[in-house]
Amino acid sequence: MAQHKAWTFLPSWLIYPLGIVPGVWLFYRAVQNQLGPDPVKVLENGLGEYALQFLIAGLAISPLMRFAKINLIKYRRALGLIGFFYVVAHFTVYIVLDMQFNWQEIITDIIKRPYITIGVSAFLLLLPLALTSNNLSIRKLGAAGWNKLHLIVYPAVILGAVHYVMIKKTWALEPLIYLATALLLISLRRFYHLAKRKKRVAA
Amino acid sequence: MTVYKYPKPLSSEITPKNVFLNRRSFMKAAGVASATALTGGLAINTSNAMTTPWELSKSEYSISDEPNPIEDIKSYNNFYEFGTGKGDPAANAGALTTNPWNIKIDGLTNKPGELDIDDLISKFDLEERIYRLRCVEAWSMVIPWVGIPLRDVINAYDPQGSAKYVSFETLVRPEEMVGQRRFGGLDWPYVEGLRMDEAMHPLTILAVGIYGEAMPNQNGAPVRLVVPWKYGFKSIKSIVRMSFTEEEPPTTWNILAPREYGFYSNVNPNVDHPRWSQKAERIVGSGIFAKKRDTEMFNGYADEVSSLYDGMDLAKFY
Repeated sequence: MAQHKAWTFLPSWLIYPLGIVPGVWLFYRAVQNQLGPDPVKVLENGLGEYALQFLIAGLAISPLMRFAKINLIKYRRALGLIGFFYVVAHFTVYIVLDMQFNWQEIITDIIKRPYITIGVSAFLLLLPLALTSNNLSIRKLGAAGWNKLHLIVYPAVILGAVHYVMIKKTWALEPLIYLATALLLISLRRFYHLAKRKKRVAA
Repeated sequence: MTVYKYPKPLSSEITPKNVFLNRRSFMKAAGVASATALTGGLAINTSNAMTTPWELSKSEYSISDEPNPIEDIKSYNNFYEFGTGKGDPAANAGALTTNPWNIKIDGLTNKPGELDIDDLISKFDLEERIYRLRCVEAWSMVIPWVGIPLRDVINAYDPQGSAKYVSFETLVRPEEMVGQRRFGGLDWPYVEGLRMDEAMHPLTILAVGIYGEAMPNQNGAPVRLVVPWKYGFKSIKSIVRMSFTEEEPPTTWNILAPREYGFYSNVNPNVDHPRWSQKAERIVGSGIFAKKRDTEMFNGYADEVSSLYDGMDLAKFY
């Protein structure tokens, strides 16, 4: 596949410091009390949205390659890991600043509130993926096994988006856009896998 | 159980009505005189009772907590008619025309009619009421309302004996209320209701201002309900209709999600919202490291209102 240099002039490691800039900036403004009257919610929700944005950006890499012939694969691991970093930050703000270490309430929330159960499930599903996002793990698991394991990202991102849809008091447009985008990007894969299979059958 | 009752003299027993009215007209005349002096004699509209300064009496029912600054109160709102974000009402409510404004009063009353906002403000006694507003979303802020006890207005419209409930309706005006043109998930008009004894309770007010000034549009101008022992969404904004009914009226959030929002919606730390706990509340404006506040039964007004619900299972009638 032709490599479009224009798209890939940045070294991939640069994605990490760039990726956490919005989160650091948001946290800085929270500490400076610049996020309005209810900064904990703005911080918590903002970190959650960044998580979904990076994870969905990671899901977009493969369809971009297939359909637009834009190869950004070298950035995918960084996008996924930054997405996970924001999931952890979001969960940490929930535990530390929102629930204020009230473990009894936190455990009740996780068990009793479906949207929190779903959010925590998404985090747990992402955990093994984050831990194996390194070359050593790919070698150990083998490319096929590693690829299979990382299919878990699909249900994880969908659960994350459902978690966002469910927290709103009404059917809000923005979380539905996240969910629809995630579903679209995942279902696109179906199409090119089917196309590949057809080609194979024809040949 | 003994319930402490505040001494509740009628305001007319404290100060004769005509003295009150004269004081107010004096203040108005003074206001006109100074305004005229400032504008060099240019004609200005002085018929508008929404123009402050108002004569306010203090109330026994005010709490002693420090009110939130006006900036918090004006920038953090749930008013879905102007969008679902907390900052949307502040950004979009400027488009709302609040004068002229009429409240239609109908249903089971011997005196149905239209109540003009200027008449509401000038004909009834205004009080300052400093209340904590506890939102169903588990945050609270302290607001110095300017309002009129709802029962004063209800009495003036002489409801019939069969009237058991009062229902309220918010304006529908999509050309000025951007949220009514958007995908948002609520049915318009926003409707709310109270049982008659709740509506007649002296804590319940029709608020027309905050911090001694006319109500900011994003807070429900020109007139809204405030029922301090109930979650904030019961305190319907920008009211255009009030009806006396025999049946329990439908209420907006209850229609949308009956399992989550009941007709009563009394503040109750022991009954969780299905999606979150109601045991504690974030104090709006206190920064990111502030400790949460333990939510009080009936938002701290248990002595005044718990007798309204004697014998009721509040987990069932949430």
